[in-house]
Amino acid sequence: MRFVDEFRDADLAEVLGREITALCEPGRHYKVMEVCGGHTHTIYRYGVQDHLPESIELVHGPGCPVCVIPMGRVDDGIAIAERDGVILTCFGDMMRVPGGRGSFLEANARGADIRMVYSPLDALRIARQNPDRQVVFYAIGFETTAPSTALTVLRAAQEGVENFSVFCNHVTIIPAIKAILDSPDLRLDAFLGPGHVSTVIGCRPYEWIPRDFGLPLVCAGFEPLDLLQSVYMIMKQFAEGRAEVENQYGRVVQYDGNPVALKVLAEVFALRPFFEWRGLGSIAHSALQLAPAYARFDAEQRFDLPGVRVADPKACQCGEVLKGVLKPWECKVFGTACTPETPIGTCMVSSEGACAAYYNYGQYAKQRLTLEVLS
Amino acid sequence: MTRGQVADGVTEDQVGERIEQMRRRPQKFRDERITMAHGAGGKASRALVEGLVVPLLANPALEQLSDAGLFAAGTARLAVTTDAFVVKPMRFPGGSIGELAVNGTVNDLAVSGARPLALTAALVLEEGLAAGALRTEVTAMADAARAVGVPVVAGDTKVVERGSCDGMYVVTTGVGVLEHDVALSPTAVRPGDKVLLSGTVGDHGIAVMLARGDLDLEADVRSDTQPLWSLAAALLDVCGSDLRCMRDATRGGVATVLNEIALAAEVGIVIEESRVPVRPEVTGAGEILGIDPLYVANEGKLVAFVAPHRADAALAAMRALPSGAEAALVGEVRAEPPGRVLGRTGFGGHRLIDMLVGDPLPRIC
Repeated sequence: MRFVDEFRDADLAEVLGREITALCEPGRHYKVMEVCGGHTHTIYRYGVQDHLPESIELVHGPGCPVCVIPMGRVDDGIAIAERDGVILTCFGDMMRVPGGRGSFLEANARGADIRMVYSPLDALRIARQNPDRQVVFYAIGFETTAPSTALTVLRAAQEGVENFSVFCNHVTIIPAIKAILDSPDLRLDAFLGPGHVSTVIGCRPYEWIPRDFGLPLVCAGFEPLDLLQSVYMIMKQFAEGRAEVENQYGRVVQYDGNPVALKVLAEVFALRPFFEWRGLGSIAHSALQLAPAYARFDAEQRFDLPGVRVADPKACQCGEVLKGVLKPWECKVFGTACTPETPIGTCMVSSEGACAAYYNYGQYAKQRLTLEVLS
Repeated sequence: MTRGQVADGVTEDQVGERIEQMRRRPQKFRDERITMAHGAGGKASRALVEGLVVPLLANPALEQLSDAGLFAAGTARLAVTTDAFVVKPMRFPGGSIGELAVNGTVNDLAVSGARPLALTAALVLEEGLAAGALRTEVTAMADAARAVGVPVVAGDTKVVERGSCDGMYVVTTGVGVLEHDVALSPTAVRPGDKVLLSGTVGDHGIAVMLARGDLDLEADVRSDTQPLWSLAAALLDVCGSDLRCMRDATRGGVATVLNEIALAAEVGIVIEESRVPVRPEVTGAGEILGIDPLYVANEGKLVAFVAPHRADAALAAMRALPSGAEAALVGEVRAEPPGRVLGRTGFGGHRLIDMLVGDPLPRIC
């Protein structure tokens, strides 16, 4: 497929891999965190690690939007969906996320009407088609998906679709990276910056990372060659003694972001004082809620919610995994009590979650099996 | 605590070993209710069948978990299979529920090595279904049955209240006869065998997903629904007992079939992903939806495991038929790692190809 295959070229990957290896300082170990769940998926899906020397370790970061949703917010969603006449809509990734009272899939089996949509606009369409029902969009995601929710709210306001509302769980990436850098038990050397988030916020918001922590950050695209090139750019910075924000994903990301998207975000959303992140705890100014002018579309105002904080299961170490302190397989319940079909922690749910990615793809990644089968 | 160990001194390899043991344990069914995941053809479906249904109906033929149950009648060896069709929407580019209901059951017999002899059909109809739609689907069944030369010899009709089913559901049962002296079985698969795929993957599942219309995607993707008996017969003729096993890659796609065989035969299977035929439109839709075509349902494709020295002849025999024109050798069987499917990616890396967990859900970013 044009404009896709070019970014998956095995020969170019081999060349890049050799150049990366040449840039490695002998005896040094490099820990590079890919912030975004999409990166984690690509790394495992294409076997990116196979082109990297063993001295470069990729650490999976907190940027899986499903993985950071706390159980209490899942229960709140189910509570909304179980009210008479409500249709709850959400992205497919949310359907299997376990709350304190099961997942959305299980709530459906008990009689709730929770529907998977591909866009918040689909939720709005369902609201128009069902004027006698309350249609709620369970919004998740970082700055990547927040603009589409914002535009949907604006359209709902414009068209007066009053039976539509948003249960907002949008989070912002910068406070999460701060929380990780403040974590005492972690040593990182560099970041692969979240490419899709950066299409919205640009690269400037990361400048404090090299400035205050001396760590390079390269905004990276999502094709396997994007990731290899980004690692190359990081290694080049090390070799040249630099620590800067650089943009590998220039075909999509503008250094100053997308002003139109930023404008609608500023109009429709306000920062929450606090938001609880799965595994990371409560982080100040790390999430969005609807601004007062659009409060009538806020499901949290429209419905009475239990709003109960559900403690993460004791055995679950999602927090340590999200912070990159533990590798997925180092979690006590990984692969035994917690599996993709019966996840305890959210990292095991979405294919972008570090644990699910490792479980599904990763176990043999380190073995470097020779697979030139059919030559 | 040293690197590579968790608190209680477990290493990564031991964790991997623990996971392997878990995968091999008999499946248990613990869910309180049926969810849509149980119908998706992945791990939840497997738990439902192996953890609830099979233990209660226990018998040796069923416990094979094959596409069809085999039994003897006098000197004849027969195969019987049944399948329910609940596809929504009823009609989609390239086919419809009636055609699917005939081909699906014919194919379960075919990959079991049985020449289809006769079918039965039960129609569950929703109150309010347009007579024209019903006539169209029964005609589609008749045409599909005629095309493979298998009569529908018995049937049943039931009507349920409006809202109790989506237009119509069809259940077909098929009986076939095994005429080749070949014992097809996953346990016959051994290291060195080649993996052949009869054509492009993902066409049916993507065509139906697009036909549902809620994706607002347009692409010219047609279901691949077609009978596979002539293809299966050609393989049986050419390979004899060098043909180890065949499966039609329906729900859960080629990835699920490969995992089932790897687990049953205790072998490793390695696939070269660049050799798996996928139509560009299917790749494109899969890219947009975040779905891997290897996990998408097919309704006219089989996977065959063939002894290495017979692979070229088998491939030529498949390619000589319209239903196998795009057949390809996609991988091979290894001793290691037992029970696992690995893919060599087009990027020059490798990955694990596990069973599907739930619905192939699109990723959001």
